[in-house]
Amino acid sequence: MSDTADRVKKIVVEHLGVEADKVTEDASFIDDLGADSLDIVELVMAFEEEFGVEIPDDAAEKISTVSDAIKYIDENKG
Amino acid sequence: MRRVVVTGLGLVTPLGADVETTWKNILASKSGAGPITKFDASDQKCQVACEVKPADHEYGFDANKRVDHKIQRQVDPFIVFGIDAAGQAIEDAGLEDMDEATKLRAGCSIGSGIGGLPGIESESLVLANRGPGRVSPHFVHGRLINLISGQVSIKYGLKGPNHAVVTACSTGAHSIGDAARMIRDDDADIMLAGGAESTICPIGIAGFAQARALNCSYNDRPEQASRPYDKDRDGFIMGEGAGVVVLEEYEHAKARGAKIYAEVVGYGLSGDAYHVTAPDPEMDGAFRSMSAALRKAGMTPADIDYINAHGTSTMADTLELGAVRRLFGEAMENVSMSSTKSAIGHLLGGAGAVEAIFCILALRDQIVPPTLNLDNPDEGCEGADLVPHTPRKREVRAVLNNSFGFGGTNASLIMRKAD
Repeated sequence: MSDTADRVKKIVVEHLGVEADKVTEDASFIDDLGADSLDIVELVMAFEEEFGVEIPDDAAEKISTVSDAIKYIDENKG
Repeated sequence: MRRVVVTGLGLVTPLGADVETTWKNILASKSGAGPITKFDASDQKCQVACEVKPADHEYGFDANKRVDHKIQRQVDPFIVFGIDAAGQAIEDAGLEDMDEATKLRAGCSIGSGIGGLPGIESESLVLANRGPGRVSPHFVHGRLINLISGQVSIKYGLKGPNHAVVTACSTGAHSIGDAARMIRDDDADIMLAGGAESTICPIGIAGFAQARALNCSYNDRPEQASRPYDKDRDGFIMGEGAGVVVLEEYEHAKARGAKIYAEVVGYGLSGDAYHVTAPDPEMDGAFRSMSAALRKAGMTPADIDYINAHGTSTMADTLELGAVRRLFGEAMENVSMSSTKSAIGHLLGGAGAVEAIFCILALRDQIVPPTLNLDNPDEGCEGADLVPHTPRKREVRAVLNNSFGFGGTNASLIMRKAD
């Protein structure tokens, strides 16, 4: 598992208060992890903070699973 | 007319995270005051408060018991306290498993005086230092006063009236009074009613200190700082926490065999129309509020055995006592009056609800709670039974609870044992 994946999962566990083993890479934030749209806004802010990337709104809208987040971060971090 | 009774209680206070622990500590004459620990208060004029204790304390509060982790992260502490106290009240009333028809007739009226001040303070700093793009998406609904009622209704599926009073330090009493009227007027059969507050944060303490409302001269003696009616009182001490009751229509409560603590029989409201922070020297607003509650209850002062005073430990204490004296006349000889703010500080929007619960427990246990630190009663206290230092066993048939708030807003509740 990549370093990005570990750090993303840690943020998801902390923000959504879910069990770590539920945060699989294909887990959907809304369907599997109980997030609502504002929780995703908050998660995206936390990813930006953690990885020093900027995730514009149109990109954030396409992030619906844990792997979407990991992929975007890996492709865009400096 | 539909009668309204109390069938469940919930408390989060500086003296306990539940009703019985808080009451036991109140009757043991304990003080919830101490040096402020929530932030570095060394540059504040007032460095003392009555904080709700952390989970590892003997009578501390564990938010994880009734509030989801995610919600705890998103909302201000006053909402967390309110959700927990409401949960306690629901459990106490045996209403955890309401059917759909019952939920449609069950509502919430849980308010706050100020709301999410700590979060407004901290997110304002985020805005100033890091820009609008870093402000939390949960900022607004994590701070709004009506979000205790909102969160509680979602958690328990309560689909009746969803209301939240904002009348400064009268909030808790108005919340219960308004909710009782909603039941009486057939809007609901069950109402969760009360108030919560948590504003022990730098701007909260500084704001009240600058308004000359806090006692800033007892920083080295926190437990003695809240001293209603005492000659050396010099302002209130801020408390925090929540009080929520389950109000229920009498026949509804009887039909399901609920435990009935008390009946809400009188509710009076008035405005001072005098000054935003200072009390009317004649306390005419307080007099009219108490008079209205008595009239609604069909009672005379001689029927009241205990008054839980507003008594914040300011100059207004003796003014309130003067209004009580004017209303009660000869009945002063029988009535006991105390201020439990001496023990838990001033819970602002939570005060009226927490104190209403103390009144209900006084009815249940036939004992009146004390006024701590009343070493030298001020002029004007002569002949009044202010229950100094220790509680007193006595007959308690009916109780009067007073709450007065900034803006000149007054509320009085009368409760008695239900037959």
